[in-house]
Amino acid sequence: MALPAQQIPKWFYSVKIRNFITIMQFRNQLMRPRKTTLHGLLALPEQSSGNFFHWRFKSYRTSSIWNGSQAPSSTRQENISAQDTHPPSLNKLQLKTEVTNFDSQISLEELEDLPPVSPLQQISEEDAVQIVAEPPLPPASFTLRDYVDRSETLQKLVLLGVNLSKLEKRPGVGTLLLRLDFENDIQKILLFLKDIGVEDNQLGAFLTKNYIILTEDLENLRTRVAYLESKKFSKTDISRMIVNAPYLLSFPVDRLDNRLGFFQKELGLNVQKTRDLVIRLPRLLTGSLEPVKENMKVYQLQLGFKRNEIQHMVTRIPKILTANKRKLTETFDYVHNVMSLPHHIIVKFPQVFNSKLLKIKERHSFLTYLGRAQYDPQKPNYISLDKLVSIPDEVFCKEVAKASLQDFEIFLKTL
Amino acid sequence: MGSKGSTRLHGLFAVYKPPGLNWKHLRNTVELQLLKGLNSQMQYTPQEHIRFLLGPMEGSEGKELTLTATSVPVLSEHPLVRGPNYRSVKVGVGHRLDVKSSGVQVLGVGRGNKLLTDIYNAHLTKDYTVRGLLGKATDDFSDEGRLIEKTTYDHVTPEKLSRILAVIQGSHQKALVMYSNLDLKTQEAYEMAVKGLIRPMDKSPMLITGIRCLQFAPPEFLLEIRCMHETQQLLRRVVHEIGLELKSAAVCTQVRRIRDGVFTLEDALLRTQWDMHSIEKSIQKVAPRIEAELKKCQTVALCHRDPVGQPSS
Repeated sequence: MALPAQQIPKWFYSVKIRNFITIMQFRNQLMRPRKTTLHGLLALPEQSSGNFFHWRFKSYRTSSIWNGSQAPSSTRQENISAQDTHPPSLNKLQLKTEVTNFDSQISLEELEDLPPVSPLQQISEEDAVQIVAEPPLPPASFTLRDYVDRSETLQKLVLLGVNLSKLEKRPGVGTLLLRLDFENDIQKILLFLKDIGVEDNQLGAFLTKNYIILTEDLENLRTRVAYLESKKFSKTDISRMIVNAPYLLSFPVDRLDNRLGFFQKELGLNVQKTRDLVIRLPRLLTGSLEPVKENMKVYQLQLGFKRNEIQHMVTRIPKILTANKRKLTETFDYVHNVMSLPHHIIVKFPQVFNSKLLKIKERHSFLTYLGRAQYDPQKPNYISLDKLVSIPDEVFCKEVAKASLQDFEIFLKTL
Repeated sequence: MGSKGSTRLHGLFAVYKPPGLNWKHLRNTVELQLLKGLNSQMQYTPQEHIRFLLGPMEGSEGKELTLTATSVPVLSEHPLVRGPNYRSVKVGVGHRLDVKSSGVQVLGVGRGNKLLTDIYNAHLTKDYTVRGLLGKATDDFSDEGRLIEKTTYDHVTPEKLSRILAVIQGSHQKALVMYSNLDLKTQEAYEMAVKGLIRPMDKSPMLITGIRCLQFAPPEFLLEIRCMHETQQLLRRVVHEIGLELKSAAVCTQVRRIRDGVFTLEDALLRTQWDMHSIEKSIQKVAPRIEAELKKCQTVALCHRDPVGQPSS
C-alpha cells in the first residue's frame, strides 16, 4: 500500500512532522505554527546545542531523496527536484513570500529546500516546545489502525460508525480514505445523504458497504435521485431503498433504467407492482441479474410453475428470486415429492423456499411420526405450510404438534 | 488465541449430526457460533491517552506557545477499527460420520484437540443403530443408490436373522482376539477378556463386538451394532451381506451412531443448541468421564505391552 501522503513526514524532522499534521488537519488554522517554525529555522543562531537535532534532520533528508527516486510520478516530489536546482538564497526569498501568501496551498516541499543548517545551531525555547517526540507514521501498513489516531478523517468516520476493519480488507480503500478531507469531501456527501432521508445511525453501515460514494460527484447523485423521483418513488421509499441497497446511488441512470425495465419485462408485472417489488427488495436492482434469470427458468421449467403463479409468488416474497437455485430445487423436491403437496398449495406459501430444508424435514417427520402431517386444507386438522416453517420451535411444538419440546428433541435424536 | 479468552472453552463435546449434513459444514457452523459467542462477550472500554497539544497561552510578554496536556480517546482500539477479537477457533472433529449417516459426532475445541488424539488411540467401541430394508439391493448399499436387483423376503424369519447375526458376531470375536495381540492362555488376558476389555491397540479391519436385532417387521429390520474401526459404508455393507445370507437382498436406510466412546445420545447437542453456553456446559459435564476413561485405557495399554502377553509369532 503506497501512501504518498504518509511518506511525506519522513522527509521532515520532528518539528515538521508536527507541522505537517496540523496542516493536514486544520488547514485554516495553519498560520501561526508555520510562521514560528519558519522563524526558528531562518534565524540560524550558531551554537552547539542542536547537535542531535540536526543529525535527525539529515537522516530524513536522505530518506526523502530516496523516496523521490522511488516514486517520480508524484507531483509533489517532482516539485522537490525542480526546487533543488535553486540556489539557497532564492529559496529563502520564496519561503518568505510563501509565508505571506496563505490562500494558495502551501507546498511543504519548499521548506524541504532550506540550505542544510549547521549542526551546531541552537534553537530557541519556542521551537523546542514544538518538538514532539512522536514516532513517525509508517509509510505503508496493512491496517488503518496505525493511522486512525492521527487522521481526523478516519476518526470522524469511526465515530459515525463506519467499520474500518471491514473496509481495510478491500483493495485501495486505505489510501482513498486517507486522502479524503472530512470538511471538503465527506461532509457534503453526508449532508446529501441526510437530505435524502438516511438516518444518523444508518450512515455508518451505509458507508461501510458503499465507501465509493464518498468520491462520487454530487451532481450525479442528485440526477440519480431525481430519476428515481421521476419514476414515482416516494421520498420515504427512496430513503428505504438506499439504506437497504447502498450501491443503488452508484449506478448511472441508464443502467438503473435498464434494470427496472428488465424486471418489468421478465416478470410481466405492471408498473405499480414492479415498483412495490423493487421497494421491498432493492437488492434486486444492485445485484447481478444472471441469478434472477436462472431462478426464473428454474421456476418455469424445472419446478413447473405457471407464469402467473411465479408472478404471485414473487410479489408475495421477492427474496425467492435471489435464492440459491440448488436449494430451491432441493426444497421443492422434498415439499412436492415427499410431503406430496401440489403446486397450487405451494404457490400460496412461497415462504417455504426461504426456510431451511433441514427444518422442514425435521418438522415434517415429527408430524408424520405423530400422525398429524395433514396439509390438505379441505380436511380437518389442517396444518398450513406457513405454520410449518415460520414459527419457532416452542410455538410449533405447542400449537401445531401439540407435544412437548422435550419430546421433539428426543425425536430429533432418532433421525 | 483461546488462551487469553474464555478459559472454560477447552475440551471435548458431542453434537447430534442430522442426516444430509457434511461434517465439514457442521464443524464450520459450530466454529461460527463459537466465534459469535466469544466476540459478543468482549466489552469495549474506551481508553484515553495523554498527548501534548500545542496551544497559544497568554504569557508575560504577549502570546506564547506552550504544550498543554490533553487526554485524547484512543481510537485504534475501537472495535470498529480493530475488528472482531477472535477470528478463528480451533475446532477439531473426532470419528467422522459421512453425509448420509447421523448421530453422535465428537468435536474438540482449543486444547481439547489433543484429547481427540488420545481418544483415537484409546480405540473405544462405538454403538450404532442400523436400519435395513429387505427385498432390494443397490450399488452403494443405501436406499438412494442405483437399484441392482429385487428379491422376495417372505421366507425370512427372525430366527434365521438372529442365527446369521450370531455367526457374524462369532467370526468377529475370533478376529478380535487375533488383532488384540494377546495370548489368551495367560491369566492377565483371561481376566481382561472376562471384563470385556480385549481390543486391538493399533489399526485393524472393522471389528464387530456385538450385534443384535432390535426390531423385525418385514421388510424392515433394525440392528444394534457395537463395533470399532468402522466406517459407515462398511456398516451398510454388513446389512447388504446379511441380506444375501438370508437368501434375499437388503439395503441400509439409516445409519445412526448412538454412542461414541463415552459420549452418549444425551450428551449430544441438537442443531438449535450449538451456541457457546451450551457447548461450555457440555464440555464441563463430560470432562471427568473422559479423564476416567482415558486413565482406564492407559492401564490396559500397559498390560498390552507386557512381554508375557505377547504371542511368539
